[in-house]
Formats: sequence, C-alpha cells, structure tokens
Amino acid sequence: MIGGMDAQSLISISLMKIHNSRTQRGGIKLHKNLLVSYVLRNARQVYIKEKYAEIYRMQQYEEVMTVCNEIQELNPLDLDAEEADEEERSRGEESSVCGAALQRGAAQPAALCRTGSAVSGCCPLEDVGKDPEPSYYRSCCMEAPPAAPCDPFTGSGGAHCNKTTVLDLDTHVVTTVENGFLHQDCCCAPTGQSAAKKRKVEFGCCVSDLDDVPDFTRKRAKREDCSFSDYTDTSNISNLISIFGSGFSGLLSRQADLEQICSKQALASLGAWTRAIVAF
Amino acid sequence: MYVFEEERKSYLKADIISTVEFNSSGELLATGDKGGRVVVFQREQESKSQPQRRGEYNVYSTFQSHEPEFDYLKSLEIEEKINKIKWLPQQNAAYFLLSTNDKTVKLWKISERDKRPEGYNLKDEDGRIRDPSTITSLRVPVLQPMDLMVEATARRVFSNAHTYHINSISVNSDLQTFISTDDLRVNLWNLEITDRSFNIVDIKPANMEELTEVITSAEFHPQQCHTFAYSSSKGSIRLCDMRQAALCDKHCKYFEEPEDPSTRSFFSEIISSISDVKFSHNGRYLMTRDYLTVKVWDLQMENKPLETYQVHDYLRGKLCSLYENDCIFDKFECVWNGSDSVIMTGSYNNFFRMFDRNTKRDVTLEASRENSKPRAILKPRKVCVGGKRRKDEISVDSLDFSKKILHTTWHPHENIIAVAATNNLYIFQDKVN
Repeated sequence: MIGGMDAQSLISISLMKIHNSRTQRGGIKLHKNLLVSYVLRNARQVYIKEKYAEIYRMQQYEEVMTVCNEIQELNPLDLDAEEADEEERSRGEESSVCGAALQRGAAQPAALCRTGSAVSGCCPLEDVGKDPEPSYYRSCCMEAPPAAPCDPFTGSGGAHCNKTTVLDLDTHVVTTVENGFLHQDCCCAPTGQSAAKKRKVEFGCCVSDLDDVPDFTRKRAKREDCSFSDYTDTSNISNLISIFGSGFSGLLSRQADLEQICSKQALASLGAWTRAIVAF
Repeated sequence: MYVFEEERKSYLKADIISTVEFNSSGELLATGDKGGRVVVFQREQESKSQPQRRGEYNVYSTFQSHEPEFDYLKSLEIEEKINKIKWLPQQNAAYFLLSTNDKTVKLWKISERDKRPEGYNLKDEDGRIRDPSTITSLRVPVLQPMDLMVEATARRVFSNAHTYHINSISVNSDLQTFISTDDLRVNLWNLEITDRSFNIVDIKPANMEELTEVITSAEFHPQQCHTFAYSSSKGSIRLCDMRQAALCDKHCKYFEEPEDPSTRSFFSEIISSISDVKFSHNGRYLMTRDYLTVKVWDLQMENKPLETYQVHDYLRGKLCSLYENDCIFDKFECVWNGSDSVIMTGSYNNFFRMFDRNTKRDVTLEASRENSKPRAILKPRKVCVGGKRRKDEISVDSLDFSKKILHTTWHPHENIIAVAATNNLYIFQDKVN
C-alpha cells in the first residue's frame, strides 16, 4: 500500500483514465496517456511481484504438503489420528503433523491451512462425496498450483486470441497485433456444485498435470479480474484488459528459476502492451 | 435550471486563461484563453499628474484568434484553446504576435487606426456601391481623423503541419523563422511562407508501441539563431545545432540528472516529466520545471543541474490523490526575471513562488481577490508541512487544488509580473517608496 492506494486500485484507476481519454474533447492526449501507461506498468510490476511472492509461498506450502502425504503413506498407523486432525482443521483449528509442517513454513500457508484448503492435500480423494463450505473451494482454487511456462496458453488459446489495435496517426494505418491468451469474460465467484466438484477432483488427482494447470490459472485470472472490476464497470475493464493483450495469468511460473525468465518476458511484453494504449 | 448551470459552466471554462506573455518591450501583455480569444493589455503612459498610477495595464485589443474545428478524417474535435502566444519584436508601428492552438499557428497584426479615408467615388458615405452612371465628377478621398481603433488581422495561417498536439512555439532571434513543436516533432517555418515547413526533429518510433517519451517543450536560444533546446517527458533536455544536419535528431548536448533510486515510486515518470523549458536572457542557462521542482542548468554542464529548487515538496506524499484527481498532470510554467537573478513559478491554492538565485531566499505569494486589495502589499505565505500549524500558515490538506497558477510572465526590464489564476489575471508591481 502506497499512500493509501495499492497496485490493484492504481491499475483500475489508470485503465479508467485511458478509457475516458478516448471521449475527451480535442482527441487523445498522447503525453498524458503515455504517463498513465507508465503508472500502469509500475503498478503491474508491483502486483506481479506480489503474486510471485504469493505463488512462491504456495509452492513452499505445496512442497510441505507433499512431504506430509509421503509421511502419511509411510505411516498408515497414524491415519486415524490424521483424520481426526483434519476434521478439527476443517472447523478452523490447527493441529497434527501437517499443521506443524505448515507452521514451519510461511505464515500464509498456515493461514491457508486454517481455511481448510490443506485438507485436500492431506486426504486427496476421500472427500469426494463430502459437501464442504463454498468458501473452501474458493480458496482451494485460488491456491492453484503454479502454471507451466507461459507458452501453453498460446498453444491452447487459439480460439481466444487477443488483439491490440494500433492506429498510426500519421499514415492512418490500422494494425492489429495478436498475442497471448486472455479470457474476456469476467466470471463471478464459482458457486456451482458441479464446478466445485470438478475442481476438487482435478486438484486431488493431478497437481502437476500441465493440462489442468491452465484451467486453474485461467480461473484464477478471472477471479483477479473480478476483484478489481468491483472498482468500476466490469465490461469496461475486461475490454481494456483485452486491449492490453496479456493477462496476469500469462505471467505465472511454476518454478522459481523459470520465474526470472518468465518475468523478463512478461515485463518486456508488458512494456509493449502498455504503450500500445498510447496509440489509441 | 440544469441547462442554466451547464451554460454557466461552459462560459466560465472558456474564460480560463491558458497563456500569458509580455512583449519584448514590456509595453504590451497578451493573454490567451480556452475559448480561443486573445486579450492584449497596454501599459498606460506614466503621467506626472497621476504618479500613483504608475503605468497600469488596460485592455488594448480583444480578438477571436482560433475557433473550434472538426477534423472529419480523424473524427475529432480540435480545441480552440490558445496554447501559446509569442510576440515578435516590434519593427514598425504595428505589433505582431504568433498564437497557436493544438493544430494551427497564426500570425496576427495588431495595429492602430486613427484616420479613415472619406470621399470615395464609387461608394457613398454609408459604404453602398454607387451606380457608375450617376457619377458625374471625381474627387480624391481624404483622410479624416477618427476615434482610435485597434484592429487585429490574421496575416498568416500556418496549418496542416502537425499530427499531434502543438505544445509550444518559439520565434528565432533572426526574426525570420520560428519553430512549432508537438509531442513527437519540431517544425521550422519561415514567417513569410505558410504552405511549407521543415521538420527538424522527429522522435516518432517506427513502431508506436515502442514509444517511450514525447517532446514537451522547445525554445530557440535567445542569441544563437542556430541553436534550440527541447525537453522530454523523461526529464531530459536536448540542445540541437541546426548547422549540423537538416534533421536534428542527434543532439549536441544532452542534459539529464540521474534518478535517485530512493525516491522511486509509482509516479516517478510523471513527476520527472518536464513541463516547461526556458533559456535565460543571457543565453548561458536553461531552466526546467517538472512537477515538484525547478532546475537551473548551466549549458556547459550536462550531467546535473546547477541549482534545484523545491517548489512544493510537501506534495510528494500526496501523489496518489493528485493522480486520482488528475492534478499530477498539470503543466506548470517557469519564468526568468530580466536580469536572470530571480526565477518564478506557480503552485496550487493560487500560490506562486519566487526564488532568488543569489541570496538563495524564496518567497511564496498568493494571487487572490480576498487577500489583496489594489495597491496592497502582498504578504508572504507559508505552507505548514507538519507539526503545529502557526497562525497564518496553511496546512497541506487545506490547499485548494482547483486553484492553480500554471502561467506566469515577467516584464523584460522591470519588476512587474503577470499571474494567471484560472480566469483572473493579476498584475503585480514592485513597491514604490
């Protein structure tokens, strides 16, 4: 938070300014839009860094959970004790090996554990028949496993190609540039039972399955879009995001070492996309 | 009632002064406003009978310089707002000035008429054309005195040379050429030729997506007719020599101060964007204004400014809200006094600041009707940045950000300043003992 405003708020305010500038008298002011795009870039860099940090913490949490699982498998005698602990945890109380392991990690994973999302890791397939709180699923989905490198999106996103249209004021040439993958629709928070169940099974079965990962991160991107579209008109923001051409989902990386490469790619493309706005 | 409010609002908006400029003798003061009008004030002759009216400025001429236009090809409106006025030095009885809006520069001739011809043959006294068959004799028209009339006529129109918005114009010391500058290009014109201009700077990238900076202002050197400087939105200034090449894309000097990483914020790029650049009268220094500071540069030293003055550093902690209400995009101008010893610039709450370069003293003054009666002495103001607020101090949170002084000008020889506060013009003179 800087001066009472966080990166997300700045992003939405900046996008609104760019949107409003289109209808301003006297035409689009190149200078002002360029400066706004710089603020947008800076805010997005901070936002992405925060997300990376969160993902990294999640990764640590995941690794700890994996260790938990392995420990459980090796010690079947502790299963009853674990189940009891899980029940407690789902009621919002922390305990047991998993809880302890999590506490060793960052505070955030511990908090996540408390919300019940840890449960799925500890006992992957046993709760299929259960009907937990909707909030559980929401957090479960939010803590999606990190995506594979950005490329799979372009591969699978043929039908959702994203375009940036640039009008050269000198030559009057309109250029449409296609890139990346971004859902235009801004979805509401998932509430459907079937959707929840589907998500749960996928999460339990195949944490590192690349096919499912884009699905999670896409949904996560949708939710992120929703969170700051509360600030303003949903359709305006989703349209503007499509203008930018690369969503936050495109910037998630599974491994820390890929993080560097991805972030550089992402930030390089960010620069291009943010400046594309100027040409409007 | 609603309609009335709307009309009133647009009326007031058109009155907002967008530029002020003294001519080279200081006798005339021109203002341009958002409605496209130019108002010229003339200084009264000092009379012995009324010594206290020490050369006041009165309205001399008013004319509509620019009208709103519509670009049908691009489907956009061209505002009539006068962005800049620059006077040409006086060469005969008439006065000439250049005025510009976003797209078109115009040369205006302001002249006095105190005689008119009477006794035409083909026209009668009312101006109606006479039937030639009724004319039986010829006479020579004679000039009769009349009431003084000041008329402004557009002598040249320099149009269709700018794709982007013109932000500045500058007359060359050769008095034959001038430059007009938009966001990406600088064009050189001859005052006599309107259908042709030369592009001397072009920073437009091949791919607009790679755009990183725009030109914010440009000015000719006051003595060297081949030298000009232009400032950028990245906080740098380039000095160019037109003798080097036809296209001055390569600068001969590049002035930039490295950014202090400890002050980096979301808004670093915005507050480092230069809003105005002015050569000193002696041609040895450059002054630049960015959002929070005024800097004086020595033309011989490129790596850092000679002097930096904090205009309103207390705003540094309020950049977020200033971004939200768009105030952070305000473009403040700066100005030298005649001897280059004092610099002045505007701020918010109708405050303006003066910095004495020799004594290093600064003063904050306010331009407001409530606080200053005619011939009253301006009281220095102070902004309280923290802690206990003293009496007469104003706290940062009480500042009115809708009252901003963006445009100021200083008489070329005397201590007379003109300050534009929204739709009001204030003229202040030095105290007479």
